[in-house]
Amino acid sequence: MKRARIHYQGAIHEAVERDGQLLLADGRLLALDAVRWLPPLAPTPRPRTILALGLNYADHAKELEFKAPVEPLVFLKSESALTGHRQFTTRPPGVDFMHYECELTVIVGKTAKKVKRADAFDFVGGYTVANDYAIRDYLENWYRPNLRVKNRDAATPLGPWYVDAADVPDPMALALQTTVNGKVTQSGNTKDMIFDVSFLIEFFSSFMTLQPGDLILTGTPDGVVDCRPGDVVVTEIESLGALMNTIN
Amino acid sequence: MGTVYGTLLNFRGELAAWTPKMHAAPYKAAPQAPVLYIKTANTWSADGASIPVPAGAPQVEIGATIAMVMKGPGAVGGYRLMNDLSLPHTSLFRPPVKFKCLDGFLGIGDTLLAAGPDVDASKFVLEVRINGELKQTVLFSGLLRDAKQLLADVSGFMTLGEGDALMLGCDILAQGGRPLAKVGDVIELSAPGFGKLTNTLVAEPV
Repeated sequence: MKRARIHYQGAIHEAVERDGQLLLADGRLLALDAVRWLPPLAPTPRPRTILALGLNYADHAKELEFKAPVEPLVFLKSESALTGHRQFTTRPPGVDFMHYECELTVIVGKTAKKVKRADAFDFVGGYTVANDYAIRDYLENWYRPNLRVKNRDAATPLGPWYVDAADVPDPMALALQTTVNGKVTQSGNTKDMIFDVSFLIEFFSSFMTLQPGDLILTGTPDGVVDCRPGDVVVTEIESLGALMNTIN
Repeated sequence: MGTVYGTLLNFRGELAAWTPKMHAAPYKAAPQAPVLYIKTANTWSADGASIPVPAGAPQVEIGATIAMVMKGPGAVGGYRLMNDLSLPHTSLFRPPVKFKCLDGFLGIGDTLLAAGPDVDASKFVLEVRINGELKQTVLFSGLLRDAKQLLADVSGFMTLGEGDALMLGCDILAQGGRPLAKVGDVIELSAPGFGKLTNTLVAEPV
């Protein structure tokens, strides 16, 4: 099932996808463009942990002139960085390079502590798509990538859907692509990850307990380009959906 | 509480200790914006809690600090003691997730000292004791960016919302480095107006 979280007529609703429309719990059917989309995540009692991978596709690591890491390069985000489908992300004035990153995102389904790789998928609740924008002008070599690059307000679109894990039989073989104004600029496949989903769950849960609703953004492949105000950026992953964002 | 952010290199003493290395690889330049990190919710430990230390970690660094706690964007509600523990690490190049985000690795004081016109964070003085012995006195007059400047600079690129906390920074000892503790040690942070924050390091159950 594909589930959404939306704002409509002054209230927040859970909805599911039904024949190309949104079905609300009260039976109303709404067009996909009639609502304001939120990240497809239920609120958590404490701030969710949002882990994000850098350089997790060999081709992207090469593109950025780094050798592939020997262990996951991970950074953290906060909830304030997230925004939903069909929302806007700001390009700061005066910057030269702001790029999208299309990423398979794992949504943790149950408490995970010291999980073995073979059991890792038992702890996945579902998947969604993230667009992990970066403002490269602000990169500094202290705790890189630093929060000024990666934790800006509403600069990590997430969605549209929470897709149940049961509906994604092989998350390690999903085509992904990004279009800018309709032109394909990035394409890849999750099979080319350096550290795959099961490895990441074992690695992170070996030292930190993950809770339901925590996220792992698994990195992006080759093909990032600068985006300008007005550009419509669609990050899409097979079986998960197409996440649209507009730069302003 | 909302998201807890830490600030690196915000004491002049800590910054001075790093200055000779700043222009060499991999850093290549002094930091311009505040250098921040996140202490995820799994790290939070209440006053009095035992904090598990994994086998194979002989020592833990004590990052004794005070955090601003927000009541809304741009508005500080108060201040709270925090004991930001880390596994020792020598490189500041990559985000320190596996050193700083272990379960329990952030002691959080019970007392919220309300912000107000008579509260000046640069006058805070924090003492660190291990097993009752004074190990460090942190003078917040030594901040590179004072609380107001730090909040302004951070707010320039992200919004701190209600309940979010921003640590002012952790100083180093006169001889360099942070105070170190090991399994069995009782770490006590105290500051006038804040009371005490006490946590005991215990061996992580196998």
